[in-house]
Amino acid sequence: MSSETAGSRSLLAHHFADMGEQKDATTLGMWLFLAQEVMFFGGLFLVYAVYRFNFHQAFAAASHHLDVKLGAINTAVLIGSSLTMALAVHAAAVGKRKQLVAFLLLTVLLGSVFLGVKAVEYADKYHHHLVPGPSFSGEVLHLEGDRARQAEMYFSLYFGMTGLHALHMIIGIPILLTLAVKGWRGAYGPAYNTPVELTGLYWHFVDIVWIFLFPFLYLIH
Amino acid sequence: MREEHVVSPRIYFAVFGALLLLTLVTVQVAAIDLGEPELLFGIRVPWNVVVALAIACVKAALVILFFMHVKYSPRLTQIVIGAAFVWLFILLSVTLADYWSRGWIGGNPGT
Repeated sequence: MSSETAGSRSLLAHHFADMGEQKDATTLGMWLFLAQEVMFFGGLFLVYAVYRFNFHQAFAAASHHLDVKLGAINTAVLIGSSLTMALAVHAAAVGKRKQLVAFLLLTVLLGSVFLGVKAVEYADKYHHHLVPGPSFSGEVLHLEGDRARQAEMYFSLYFGMTGLHALHMIIGIPILLTLAVKGWRGAYGPAYNTPVELTGLYWHFVDIVWIFLFPFLYLIH
Repeated sequence: MREEHVVSPRIYFAVFGALLLLTLVTVQVAAIDLGEPELLFGIRVPWNVVVALAIACVKAALVILFFMHVKYSPRLTQIVIGAAFVWLFILLSVTLADYWSRGWIGGNPGT
């Protein structure tokens, strides 16, 4: 047995015929996880659609308070991080170690910028008493009574959906950093790069969720 | 062993450019009031909503096909992904159909 075969044997679980079959199976598993994520975010979008349909005026007034410019900048930042993630996956597949680490760190940086902008937006809602709860007030939206309660529902959904989205990124960043450390030590190359590829799928999924959150929350009134 | 498909970075940059362009378009279009036609059965959906969702779907498709390599994935993976969206469509369409049609037969049960 040559040393090369022995090397790839250690990466190959015994129940798979070869590395290609193993990669197809793990990728399929990741997609099943993402399919489940589609359903759970889908349910939230559905709730949003139903409430928007019922409380149209309050939702329009509340969504006008969001800063479209910040939302658009964040969309561009997140799309940029998807590009660097895709380039990281490519660097791993062709065995460019330094490029892989650089693109992973760039993805972390862009992800952090996104979260920073999100923090600025959350602070604005806090200062204007738009965080759902006892201190919520429809004053800045010029809404009172039932309409204010309905706007509170909008902000419950806003914080719930963007918060869950941000949580996904907060989970993704340490994973990316772990990949960067392992990648620097030479763990990934043309023969084996599945962790980088699967993390890429996760990161792109998070990007897709934002691609829908942005028009739903910021653009449609 | 299956042939590994390595996507050229040139494709990634092209997709990135298209995504940025579509983001710009969707922001610009949102500022224009496109009107609110009656589609069917008294359902009124503003054109702005239709356009914003259509652009988002195109952007998502670009990410899924190219960034997530689904265009080059095995058939089995593609079928699983397709099934995920079929279930999502059932969830959305059946629930929304219920909410839209509640007032049609007199009274308003369930609210």
